[in-house]
Amino acid sequence: MPKEMTRNITYRRHDPNSQPTSLHPPYRATIRRAPRKPLIVLPHTLSEITGPVYGHDDIAETDSDLTRQHAGEPLGERIILTGDVLDDGGRPVPHTLVEIWQANAAGRYRHQMDEHPAPMDPNFSGAGRTLTDANGRYQFVTIKPGAYPWSNHDNAWRPAHIHFSLFGPAFATRLVTQMYFPGDPLLPYDPIFQSVPDENARQRLISEFDLTTTKPDWALGFRFDIILRGREATPFEA
Amino acid sequence: MEPVPIPSQTVGPFFHLGCTAATRSVSDVAGPNAKGERVRLICRVLDGDGQPVNDAMIEIWQANADGKYHHPDDLQEKALDPDCRGFGRLATDENGTCIFETIKPGRVPGNMGKLQAPHLNVSVFGRGILRRLPTRIYFAAEASNSEDPILALVPEERRNTLMAHPDLHSRGHWHFDVHLSGEDETVFFDV
Repeated sequence: MPKEMTRNITYRRHDPNSQPTSLHPPYRATIRRAPRKPLIVLPHTLSEITGPVYGHDDIAETDSDLTRQHAGEPLGERIILTGDVLDDGGRPVPHTLVEIWQANAAGRYRHQMDEHPAPMDPNFSGAGRTLTDANGRYQFVTIKPGAYPWSNHDNAWRPAHIHFSLFGPAFATRLVTQMYFPGDPLLPYDPIFQSVPDENARQRLISEFDLTTTKPDWALGFRFDIILRGREATPFEA
Repeated sequence: MEPVPIPSQTVGPFFHLGCTAATRSVSDVAGPNAKGERVRLICRVLDGDGQPVNDAMIEIWQANADGKYHHPDDLQEKALDPDCRGFGRLATDENGTCIFETIKPGRVPGNMGKLQAPHLNVSVFGRGILRRLPTRIYFAAEASNSEDPILALVPEERRNTLMAHPDLHSRGHWHFDVHLSGEDETVFFDV
């Protein structure tokens, strides 16, 4: 086999405590949906170190500004949301797709399955996407989403959050997560947030208020850095 | 801040807005002009009670018919096929089903000089799924399955959960069921 076919790239494994377990009974939907048998550890082959290069072709300017996707402006607290996508060696992850989706300021998604009796906002779709720049930086303009009730348990409310989806450079780096806001009183009661065993890892899901990003007379700034798995250093890598 | 990867969280029930609405879903993993044997892949997601999961999302990543990934880290001297980008993603419908149009991928190298059998790399997301569930789709009765180094890691009695099976009535149609839990639980990988 030619040498280049065996180039030795692998991605670092997760610390298990930094990730939720699949089964987390306080989040009721996991009970019927979480696998119970042990995962089989997959050595990284060409199939895992490559991954889709997706979403580069058709991004419109308004895709990253959720306040300009309709004729009028959405209601709510305008925010600028920015951060760096880095690997766990601190290297930027450039030109990778970042997709977000969220509820409106009243805590309602523009989705047929959302039955929360809060008002819809005709000027807010709640979905955005952008590519990181050469330094791994992304930025969205949106409004702060509202908290909303769900049927998981008695008087259950989701803290305000924005869903994030990232591909990174490989199948191994694919990540979907949720970003929360600092000081949200609902966080201690949320079984989805609390599903991450390690306290420090959990804190990474909370954005920081950022006065530097905040624009005077216009919008509050929040910073949310996203660290993806990085490559394992190997003697074969240049 | 210590550079430790961020935790995963569920896609929740409304991921369609961000991931599969309008232009964001991709059913053609390989376009109609792609080289290779056509495959219509009918995937179904079932929960631990065998009930269809109508709010899951499936993503596919695969090589082209020559066994080459459309990616800069695939350094094999094989041709790319512009009609096979190798990526698909769809939401399941009310029956827990989604259908991809693709081709059977070629064999790609594994480690230690062994070739892998034709396979698709799969990620399953959904409400109630806190971290994506990676699995693979192989093709039942494919001769090279017996020498695949990854299948060899899977206990023999569970290998069938990774097989797509041909539809006996429609040529080129293959069925793959994902059992998230329960007796027939699909093999999921720690990638």
